[in-house]
Amino acid sequence: MRAWFKSGTPWIWLNGGAIALCLVMVIGVLGLILVQGASHFWPSDLQQVSVKQADGTERKVLAELVRSEDVAASTLRESGVELPGDAKHYVRHLLKMGNRDVYGRDFAWFLDHEMSSWEIPTQAIVLERREWGNFYGFAVKLSENDQVIAEGDVDVWAKLPERIARANDIHAQIKQLEKTDISRINNGMEDLRLGLRKLQLNNASAAEIAAFEAQAAQERAALDADYAQIQQKLDDLNHQAARDTLVVRTADGKELSVSLSNIVHAHQPNAMSTSQKVGFYVNAIWDFLSEEPREANTEGGIFPAIFGTITMVILMAIIVTPFGVLAAIYLREYAKQGPVLKIIRISVYNLAGVPSIVYGVFGLGFFVYVVGGNIDQLFYAEKLPTPTFGTPGLFWASLTLALLTLPVVIVSTEEGLSRIPSTIRMGSLALGATKSETLWKVVVPLATPAMMTGLILSIARAAGEVAPLMLVGVVKLAPTLPIDGNFPYVHLDQKIMHLGFHVFDVGFQSPNVEASRPLLYATALVLVLLIIVLNMAAIHLRNKLREKYRSESD
Amino acid sequence: MQQTFETPATPRRSLLPNGEKRARLRRWRKVKDKLSQYGIAFAGISVVAAFATIFVYLFSEVGPIFSSASLEPEKQYASQSETPLLTNLERYSEVGMTLDAKGKLHFFSAADGNTIKDVNLAIPADRKIVSLAKGEPRSGIFALGLDNGQVLVAKHEYNLSYPDGKRQVLPMVTYPLGQEPLQLDAQQRPIQALAVQEGSTGTAIAVLTDDGRLSFNLFETETNLMTGESTFNRSEFALKDGPKTATHMLIDTTLHSLFIAEGNEKVHYFDIRSPGDARYVEAVNAVAAGQQVRQMEFLVGAVSLVIGGSDGSLGQWFLVRDEHNNFHLKHIRDFDKHPAAITQIEPEYSRKGFMAIDEQGHVGIHYGTSARTLLLEPMPGDIKPQRLAISPINTALLAFTQDGQVHRYTLENAHPDVSWKAMWNEVWYEGREHPDYIWQASSGSDEFEAKMSLVPLALGTLKAAVFAMMFATPLAVMSALYTAYFMTPKLRGKVKPTIEIMAALPTVILGFLAGLWLAPFIENYLSAVFAILVLLPVMMLIAAYLWRFVPEETRLRIGTGWEVAILIPVVIGFILLCVELSPLVDDTFFNGSLRQWLTDNGYSYDQRNALVVGIAMGFAVIPNIYSIAEDAVFNVPRHLTQGSLALGATPWQTMVGVVLPTASPGIFAAVMVGFGRAVGETMIVLMATGNSPVVNFNLFEGMRTLSANIAVELPETAVGSTHFRVLFLAALVLFVFTFIFNTLAEVIRQRLRQRFSNL
Repeated sequence: MRAWFKSGTPWIWLNGGAIALCLVMVIGVLGLILVQGASHFWPSDLQQVSVKQADGTERKVLAELVRSEDVAASTLRESGVELPGDAKHYVRHLLKMGNRDVYGRDFAWFLDHEMSSWEIPTQAIVLERREWGNFYGFAVKLSENDQVIAEGDVDVWAKLPERIARANDIHAQIKQLEKTDISRINNGMEDLRLGLRKLQLNNASAAEIAAFEAQAAQERAALDADYAQIQQKLDDLNHQAARDTLVVRTADGKELSVSLSNIVHAHQPNAMSTSQKVGFYVNAIWDFLSEEPREANTEGGIFPAIFGTITMVILMAIIVTPFGVLAAIYLREYAKQGPVLKIIRISVYNLAGVPSIVYGVFGLGFFVYVVGGNIDQLFYAEKLPTPTFGTPGLFWASLTLALLTLPVVIVSTEEGLSRIPSTIRMGSLALGATKSETLWKVVVPLATPAMMTGLILSIARAAGEVAPLMLVGVVKLAPTLPIDGNFPYVHLDQKIMHLGFHVFDVGFQSPNVEASRPLLYATALVLVLLIIVLNMAAIHLRNKLREKYRSESD
Repeated sequence: MQQTFETPATPRRSLLPNGEKRARLRRWRKVKDKLSQYGIAFAGISVVAAFATIFVYLFSEVGPIFSSASLEPEKQYASQSETPLLTNLERYSEVGMTLDAKGKLHFFSAADGNTIKDVNLAIPADRKIVSLAKGEPRSGIFALGLDNGQVLVAKHEYNLSYPDGKRQVLPMVTYPLGQEPLQLDAQQRPIQALAVQEGSTGTAIAVLTDDGRLSFNLFETETNLMTGESTFNRSEFALKDGPKTATHMLIDTTLHSLFIAEGNEKVHYFDIRSPGDARYVEAVNAVAAGQQVRQMEFLVGAVSLVIGGSDGSLGQWFLVRDEHNNFHLKHIRDFDKHPAAITQIEPEYSRKGFMAIDEQGHVGIHYGTSARTLLLEPMPGDIKPQRLAISPINTALLAFTQDGQVHRYTLENAHPDVSWKAMWNEVWYEGREHPDYIWQASSGSDEFEAKMSLVPLALGTLKAAVFAMMFATPLAVMSALYTAYFMTPKLRGKVKPTIEIMAALPTVILGFLAGLWLAPFIENYLSAVFAILVLLPVMMLIAAYLWRFVPEETRLRIGTGWEVAILIPVVIGFILLCVELSPLVDDTFFNGSLRQWLTDNGYSYDQRNALVVGIAMGFAVIPNIYSIAEDAVFNVPRHLTQGSLALGATPWQTMVGVVLPTASPGIFAAVMVGFGRAVGETMIVLMATGNSPVVNFNLFEGMRTLSANIAVELPETAVGSTHFRVLFLAALVLFVFTFIFNTLAEVIRQRLRQRFSNL
């Protein structure tokens, strides 16, 4: 044993243990996100169980079992729960009961010993609603314009999906009208107001203003007429949407009616076969990726966040690529090599290690308030005091991130340039090419993979960065996407949603953490997948590049 | 076919362009060359300039908080009252006011001295004003004591209106207790000194007659709901044990305490919480022995007293609660001493600063919380001011001189409320029992004293970083040693990218997992977590020992360098075991729950604490340390290690004796980079701690770091305010700190690289 210790083998094992632990942690974290994020969309069975209440009566609850845990009796007693017996541990279950409009809360813990007669009723339905979250219960009857057309579980279920599809169709039409036509009219009105204000600010003559006002009055009347028409259409649609009503019953016998216009989805998880469940699962994932959030981001999809993240990152890439590449070329090829350059190079490299929040502070102070404030004074004076660029927004977010990721691109490009064998360069120069020709036609094309690596790494970093974005343009809920059909199509001044910030906001600012937890994991999963794919691509590219030059320089 | 070989009649034209064309092409190529050169240089230099801008801009935002105040003479004009008893300047610096000895309130344009309005207070013709008291400056209330025991209370107010879109300030005088003087002393003795204040329960007036009787009068206003008329209810209480003479008396806005400056060095304190049995508490020596208290005023909020002495001293005092819950008047801090006796103290309206003038005509601008004296010099413009009036937004100043002139000054004093000293030292804040480090920067109220000590934040940052490093350093460095030196290349090719992926994980994800998954997990399985942290290494050693007893055949087939693969199941198994056994351990030793046991034994436990942050942030910095350290170890020249092995050293001896000493600067640099990262990390600490700015190193409590603080507060604060700039200072501190750390690390690495190439 002593000799064994003396040989140092145990310490080698200990070092090996460290890396084993690291690997376990990485795989564990990724696995946790994967499992939690991907399992959310699976339609789990609804359990019906009767719970003994404090006054001794039994109450039936229909719910999804979220998780179970073992708690120490002392902890429970501390929080004021009365416990029979003197066991040291009790099992409790977290149930998602839904029906927030009926119960007031949709999640509750129940102690195992108070629960009995667990069953899985086949006819139980889940209604995913636009308001008040999910409903769990049983269908009673379905009526059209107050005429009952179906009664009982089976009948109702036979007619329900088709009618929900119709209601959703109408809902989509309403949304479409609101989003395109009404926003077009609002923009038109706003433009007229701003036009007048601009004339006033420019000290236009009274005649000019009068002419403009006359013109504006005409246009306004046209817009008003348009609006009236659209409003009429909307009223029509709303009326149609309210045609069907479903009456449902909760497990403990309360009945309530739900307008079909308020239902997104309905399904009977307990009656579904595995293949149906798989279909539902795929659908649910697609909905999650393509829909807008509802209920203060705790339900619905994350499409605006994905869209915002991607828009911002693309814009950042457009800014960072030319500057990063040119700066790297300058440092490597043109700048006079010497101690000053050495200092500059080290400084630039080190900026990659400066906390990202510092860039956020700089972005907010300099870009938003100083640069943006001045842009507003010069070009958007008519909109003041409402700021246009003098407030956090897409462009500033992209610019801040570009600054943040510049060192990454510079370092990577410089590395690529330095790996190009000097023989290639010499060859080009010897054939009479000028320095710039050598650079652009020989060196840069060879270094392209390195630049791509840098760019991908910077995109991966930008996509995951949140702290600076909180200051320069990301919000929890942006009413519209930064790219739409209204002039100028890309709205650089608009605030955007972002996957990372979405995770922060929903996880830590949301009133209903329990309800949003699965969504959080799912959002995190999307973000992690995006970043891992980008990083893998970068690593792959880098390795390929190294191989290539190893063979060329031989 | 044959024709092709014929010589043409004319010499064949060269395929090259002619000379002129070639010259043009050459020129064009030269232009392109230059263009590209200058274009690239421009882009390169502008990128470097952009980075430099960050530094310069942060400095330019922070700079103003350390600048001192300035006072510039603007204009002067004649005053209507030569020796005003009371002066004032309203918010927009448009209207000035004086009160003369005959009881005439004179409102004048602060721009040119033209009269706007004169109001004669209803002082009986044969009576003289013998004393005067001012209430809270923002309320505009003041009281005049007459020589027949009467007191008149009035208020100056300013109505704003915007006829034709232009601002108009209309001064007016109101009488909260009626237009006629009130007979407060039934014996009709002259009023030697008085104090007035409006509180939530009514208006309070304390009077001291010239024969030394002190009384406290409370006027409660009752408004008749039917007629809308107000009536007053006066209650009078005689106060005993007080001084017989007084120069200044003050009542605070809660109407709980009365302070009396006797005229010598003493200031007396009465507790008048319940006026019926008001209590004389104590007298303190507010100035040096033999000197007199010349001036005494409240700072805004009426908590702090500023006392000016005949020797020019200025001190701040307020009531401090002792261990028996009794209040005592305590000396808090001194300000720079004026060269002569203080003649007026003019408090600011919206923050804890004040101006003071003395007999020799010096003006001082001081600030309570930060204990700064921003300006102390002879009044600019070579005058000797007799009274001052400061604008409520601290932008202008009126000085009234003996010769009947009004001098208007512009005042610049934007950020007196912080100082380098106040940010890093204990400061005694109003209402606190003792000096403390507190960060509590904003509140809705004007009276709020902003507490901007960077110590809790800096310590919080350090705490988070230190715990993270305690977790990350051993793991990362040991991992690096193993991967670089012992691991088979095949496995290394898989492990390195995996750890690199770990570096790419967004911190917001780690923060979210730490806050919502790890924190509750640790709370439930605290004993398991400790068991894992302590016993896992032991477990690994046991596994290593047992490995020796595995049949040699199997061992040789697997070979060395695969210890990791064997240890992974051991690690997973042991962790699961600990988690499984945790309830049992808790039951046996800690009455069911270690967390509960800790709380019961007086250790406070936050769910989101330093342990959670340490693990989560440790996880985030491991890959940073790992990849640099691994590089350093891997690049140790092979001939060194091979030589050592050839001489008979075991692999571990080679590692300790040869590799480690050679690579140690690189490992040190790696740790520095990791520390720099941990210091600046924002999202993890934001999400995995409670963000309360506490000053301790308790493992089970949270912290607030500089970076998280910026993220939380910067979006909420007013642009250009002191708070805004202090947050910029925090960013600058982070910037400079991490920059220096990373630069040092980089320099060390470059040195090391050089050394390796020389070996």
